[in-house]
Amino acid sequence: MLKILKYSFYDLIRSRWSYVYLLFYLLLGSVLLFLNNDLSKAVITLMNVIIILVPLIGTIFGVMYYYNSKEFTELLLAQPIKRSSIFIGQYLGVALSLTMSLILGLGIPFVLYGLFQSNEIWDFILLLVTGTFLTLIFTALAFNIALYNENKIKGFSYAILVWLFMAVIYDGLFLMSLIAFQSYPLDAFSIGATLVNPIDLSRILILLKLDISALLGYTGAVFQKFFGTNFGLFISIGTLSLWVLLPVLNIYRKCRKKDF
Amino acid sequence: MIQIEQLHKRFGKNQVLKGIDLNITQKGIFAILGPNGSGKTTLIKAILGMVVPNKGKLLVDSISIKKNWKYRDQIDYLPQIANFPPNLTVKELIVMIKDLRNRPGEDKKLIELFMLEPFLTKKLSNLSGGTKQKVNIVLSLMFDSPIIILDEPTTGLDPIALIRLKELIKEEKAKGKIILITSHIMSFVEEMADEIVFLLEGKVYFKGNIDALKTQTKEANFERAIANLLTYDNA
Repeated sequence: MLKILKYSFYDLIRSRWSYVYLLFYLLLGSVLLFLNNDLSKAVITLMNVIIILVPLIGTIFGVMYYYNSKEFTELLLAQPIKRSSIFIGQYLGVALSLTMSLILGLGIPFVLYGLFQSNEIWDFILLLVTGTFLTLIFTALAFNIALYNENKIKGFSYAILVWLFMAVIYDGLFLMSLIAFQSYPLDAFSIGATLVNPIDLSRILILLKLDISALLGYTGAVFQKFFGTNFGLFISIGTLSLWVLLPVLNIYRKCRKKDF
Repeated sequence: MIQIEQLHKRFGKNQVLKGIDLNITQKGIFAILGPNGSGKTTLIKAILGMVVPNKGKLLVDSISIKKNWKYRDQIDYLPQIANFPPNLTVKELIVMIKDLRNRPGEDKKLIELFMLEPFLTKKLSNLSGGTKQKVNIVLSLMFDSPIIILDEPTTGLDPIALIRLKELIKEEKAKGKIILITSHIMSFVEEMADEIVFLLEGKVYFKGNIDALKTQTKEANFERAIANLLTYDNA
């Protein structure tokens, strides 16, 4: 598996798109720091971008890589290699090269700006950790979708739909249900609903870490009470890990039964 | 040695293989022929473990291939369409496949044979179709495995490369290997094959050498004999 991972990774870090992605983050990080002149504000703005963009790039790159390397995968399948090693290796290759672009692209401008001398270093690290989790999660979801759909167009559409649902529609439904049931106590429900969606969960985690939960009013207080504790952080990281683990396990299961 | 017993495979509603029985015990070149959609590629992919059969037994060297992947070390496979990671160079790809198989290969000899030296440092995305096919051939034939499977090996090759490929296949045969070939070019099959396996509607319709085929169909010409097999069934 490590060999497949190594070669997928090499292949990807040489592709033009990885550089575009890296350059985009470099530019974004530098511009935000230049305009805000404040690390904390830059982190908040970055969070808003990352929480939407990272899942989108993860899904698109994942689906694209799977379909593009299909014939090559067939060549690998004819080699004496375990099937699961091929797919998990490719998945990790995509996810890790995207993660590297993210960490380098944002890390370099922030380090140059003087991140290590500031108090915001943990906020920034949390931002990168959630970004990494989101990359791992959405690339895994993309691989699942691609494994189940032979048709490229269908696969792409489902991938975009999953992203749209998680990033936009879910929030809308969540908000609407909060309004519809506003006469009931919704603390547990809103915490649960936030836990289920990795994008929401990442957003709340970063917001709470930045100590601006007061802006969220009563909900913020409830969230602070749950997620702000070590237990809450533990549960959140656990849920995010579960979001990585389940799709990866399904890749493992599905690829052994599939015909190529 | 390949033994296949009552192999069935269905894709959705489409029953592709309907009970293939095939025993390949002696050495030589076997041409797997049949009309489009008769299940040639599915059969090959089942042998390679890329397609999981619904029913039936498949043994390579007397070992069942079910949930087994190590047996593929015995097989060299040339896929029909060659598509490689676009950002790698030819040389890197060859090194990579050797690394993945954990075996040294005779790549130098083959690279010379197909005159690929000028392309070694080029990226795979910049190669023409014929050159890609040559790289494909180098990749699949550089290991000295007892079983070779070639799916449409002649696609896109220029005449010189074609002659060299034929010589190469004959050399491999002389080493006492089992070679399976699918092709739609009948002159190529007639020149190379020791035995014909003719698939029709998911079953082995004919198995035997070219002379036996000619006598059975009462045709002197091989291409016509094959055509005859097809029309007989339709009549």
